[in-house]
Amino acid sequence: MSDRIVGRLPLSDIFLRSLRVGDRVQLTGRLLVARDAAHRRMIETLRGGGGLPFDIAGQTIYYMGPTPPPPGRAVGAAGPTTSGRMDAYIVDLLDAGLVATIGKGPRSPEVRKAMLERGAVYFVATGGAGALLSRAIVAARILAYADLGPEAVREIEVVDFPVIVANDTQGGDVFEEGRRRFETAPGDA
Amino acid sequence: MREIHTQSIADTVSRLVREACTYLTDDVRCALESALEREASELGRRVLRQLLQNACIAAEEGVPLCQDTGLAVLFIELGQDAHIVGGDLSAALNEGVRRGYVDGLLRRSCVVEPCHSRTNTGDNTPAIIHTRIVPGDQLRIVALPKGAGAENKSALAMLEPSKGWAGVVDFVVEVVSKGGAGACPPLVVGVGLGGNFEQVALLAKTALLRPLGSPAKDPRLGGLEDHIEQRCNALGIGPMGLGGTVTVLDVFVEEAPCHIASLPVAVNLQCHAQRHREARL
Repeated sequence: MSDRIVGRLPLSDIFLRSLRVGDRVQLTGRLLVARDAAHRRMIETLRGGGGLPFDIAGQTIYYMGPTPPPPGRAVGAAGPTTSGRMDAYIVDLLDAGLVATIGKGPRSPEVRKAMLERGAVYFVATGGAGALLSRAIVAARILAYADLGPEAVREIEVVDFPVIVANDTQGGDVFEEGRRRFETAPGDA
Repeated sequence: MREIHTQSIADTVSRLVREACTYLTDDVRCALESALEREASELGRRVLRQLLQNACIAAEEGVPLCQDTGLAVLFIELGQDAHIVGGDLSAALNEGVRRGYVDGLLRRSCVVEPCHSRTNTGDNTPAIIHTRIVPGDQLRIVALPKGAGAENKSALAMLEPSKGWAGVVDFVVEVVSKGGAGACPPLVVGVGLGGNFEQVALLAKTALLRPLGSPAKDPRLGGLEDHIEQRCNALGIGPMGLGGTVTVLDVFVEEAPCHIASLPVAVNLQCHAQRHREARL
């Protein structure tokens, strides 16, 4: 478990393979932002044989829908949403070249297998730390699907955005490993 | 008869939803500080430090604590001797929600219908309103902006009475065990016990309104709360599910009489921010 690794976006294959579960990474560069409704639309487009209105190859998606920005700020509160809801969509996006995702909460066994086969990494950010994480976002613009409002696809620029490696390219899972380490028999508590 | 104007009701609701979404209450801050002292996991302590830091930043900068500013759940206690003037009460409550979310730059997270277009209503209305008529001439309003992360992992069971308290404890712990990691732990666990299908869910939600650190007055229920808390913290889920010794901050049980054939149990999970604010008019 390493402390404060610097991650430059877009993330290279070599960098992704160097990461291990529990590593604390500070990301700098550009992220795509998309959540439920945008995923539904992306997948309908891809499965209908169409192309996405932005390039997803080599990119990292942050599962997030911000509050509106106060004057002078790029975004309002901007913490992660539950990633499990995007499990139904991620495999198509991995096949389109997506290399990493950021959210909160565990992924399904099927998604973990799909990520492992493709060398993709899943990071978690702290859920509910929307004001703190907002400070690491220096610019934001709507990239597509503006009609979805808080669920539009955005491109954001982050500086030292703090995440933890939840699923690495070796098949590790921070939720399983963490729980196993701290679980006690009911009588011990 | 004492008059309460709908204008002041709308103003109050608008203020309450903004404050609830922006300022952590003192009981929650104390509970997170105490969790930081107890938590054995380094990653867990890092999460808790971030949450305390987040609360300071939100308060200083007037930015919401969390981007999921929820559906606006409003608990209304209307004194039977009060007279609402100036229009429709529920319209005034929704007007307060509309202004609070739109002018307060909170996220609008409500869709018109669940299964087809899922078009956003644009102003976070309608609010979910629970009204009780009570003695007196005052109006009490409690705003509980409820995000979906923890709400989605909540559950209800109609147990057989033979399952007893052991069955209740097992069900609550199972809900936390299965969904807790994705519900923004350390959690507050609201448990409804008894009543019927719809009442037990409301009991579980109402339980979340209790200040952290205040056990049930009935020692029987207080003991049940402690037992559930110990079992949940033994799961090892920890802050944000990354492993740790503090999975729940508190457990609150509310009960009601029920049918001779029933043992309803509802578990309403709440995230670590436990946002709520109240006012009396």
